[in-house]
Amino acid sequence: MQRTDRSTEIVETKYLTFAGPPGELVLESGERLGPVTLAYETYGKLDRDRSNAILVFHALSGDAHAAGYHEGDDRPGWWDNMIGPGKAFDTDKYFVICSNVIGGCQGSTGPSSENPRTGRPYGLDFPLISVRDMVDTQARLIDQLGIDKLLCVTGGSMGGMQALQWVVSYPERVRSAIAIATAARHSPQQIAFNEVGRQAVMADPNWNNGAYYGGTPPTRGLSVARMVGHITYMSDESMAEKFGRRFKDIQRGDKFEPDFEVEGYLQYRGDNFVRRFDANSYLYITKALDYFDLDNGKGLENVLKGIRTKFLVIAFKSDWLYPAYQSREIVRACKLGGVDATYCELNSSYGHDAFLLETAEQEYLVKHFIANVSENNGNVRT
Amino acid sequence: MNNTVPGDIRPDHGIIAGWVSEGASVLELGCGGGELLQLLSRRKHASVNGIEIDESYIFSCVARGLSVAHQDIDDGLSEYADGAFDFVIINQCLQELRRPHTALSEAVRVGRKVIVGFPNFAHYSARIQLAVQGRAPVTPALPYQWYDTPNLHFLSISDFVQYCAKNRLSIDRKVFLNNRGTIRWWPNLLAGSALFQISRNGRSLLK
Repeated sequence: MQRTDRSTEIVETKYLTFAGPPGELVLESGERLGPVTLAYETYGKLDRDRSNAILVFHALSGDAHAAGYHEGDDRPGWWDNMIGPGKAFDTDKYFVICSNVIGGCQGSTGPSSENPRTGRPYGLDFPLISVRDMVDTQARLIDQLGIDKLLCVTGGSMGGMQALQWVVSYPERVRSAIAIATAARHSPQQIAFNEVGRQAVMADPNWNNGAYYGGTPPTRGLSVARMVGHITYMSDESMAEKFGRRFKDIQRGDKFEPDFEVEGYLQYRGDNFVRRFDANSYLYITKALDYFDLDNGKGLENVLKGIRTKFLVIAFKSDWLYPAYQSREIVRACKLGGVDATYCELNSSYGHDAFLLETAEQEYLVKHFIANVSENNGNVRT
Repeated sequence: MNNTVPGDIRPDHGIIAGWVSEGASVLELGCGGGELLQLLSRRKHASVNGIEIDESYIFSCVARGLSVAHQDIDDGLSEYADGAFDFVIINQCLQELRRPHTALSEAVRVGRKVIVGFPNFAHYSARIQLAVQGRAPVTPALPYQWYDTPNLHFLSISDFVQYCAKNRLSIDRKVFLNNRGTIRWWPNLLAGSALFQISRNGRSLLK
């Protein structure tokens, strides 16, 4: 993508710190955590009646930098094809906020942050966090920004889980939710893949029970975890299209050096990831995803019953990590619970990654859906 | 939003809009691009929902601001409670379903009233083509060749009436159409298509 030098596209990450002692945040686990910092970015302008705010959530490895460019960067934010002037989340009309999650490592409080009690990084002293905790901290941010009600909450994958949790935790504060390639709870297969990733991290001797800060981090383990992840984000078809059985250009000739393109790609992705992501954050966040269960034994339709938030649920046919049936379960629960929901299963060969890549149809659906919710401001049925 | 020009409304849509009561809740199975649902929403202030299998139609429905679910009617309607809607509409898609009987059974369970519209396979031009020319019929209401038709089941008006009797469904309203408008006489011979409003236990015109 050619970079255009528009000053409006230069964005910077901001930080909000709250819940300092003694008013620490009480987590879902009952443990207390504070102070808590959230990294976030905003795009567009909040309108006068503060009714045009859209909260965007990132996926497992994402960050607050969803759109535009940071000063000096030549790559835009992770959802720049969806957020910006005239785009699906049109920043000429809407005020878009993206917040990094608690437990993360990209500016928000997580296991690599300094533990105020010891003056050293938390490591495994960091409490277990949940998707609900992520959402509760974002609610503080929204309070701070002076927003009572969000026009829309949205995200793909883990971002979609946060969107669902937002609706359940704060139904009166969310007018619409767009949940993309996501699930109301992880299947055994999803948990299994996450567990392989966690075991890879913990099998790395450098992991050292999470106390590697200041030393050598478990980059091999984390890199393998990311490689497994990347396989699950693609599809058989997209891998065949992208790599075929082609060999890499440069081969060293060692017996087990990666010589297929697909091997090289996975290694490259793994190596890249360890430079920007903390291994302990990977453990904490994947665990939060595995424990996420919106249903919670009550029946999802009962959890959603009476909620007046309008849903748009999008799944991708080739996504085998978050298969379409999981989205259909959300929609089914909406219908049973009398919640307004629109569902679309998009054709794409990209697998789970489609929500980041296959944006033309997604953009069309999102743009019209939000425009409709936005137009019907005072017209919501009671 | 623009007001729809009355001349743009399909005759069957106009009739259905006349049958649906003000403010009713409506589910349309096979809602296509959502023209009828939008009409019902605007003209009857109905609260409307659609189910559609074709992805391109979903885009059109979302652009119209309609709530639509991208799913296969043949999989059933188990996400809806008994009597969840005032009206369920199956217009011009019954013949394309793999299991029309399941769809109709589900429709009368979920909808207190069900409006069904379908092309009449016993229209005289179809009869002539089959009986005289020995060809699979191609009519204005059934415009497809045998090799490209989406239609899986062919039924006549008499077939549908008999179906309702057999399944103890009462026929509460009916209208027969040809390309010039509604007709009254010999519908099974002269009507290109028919619209019925049926229910599980309404007033019956069958006696």
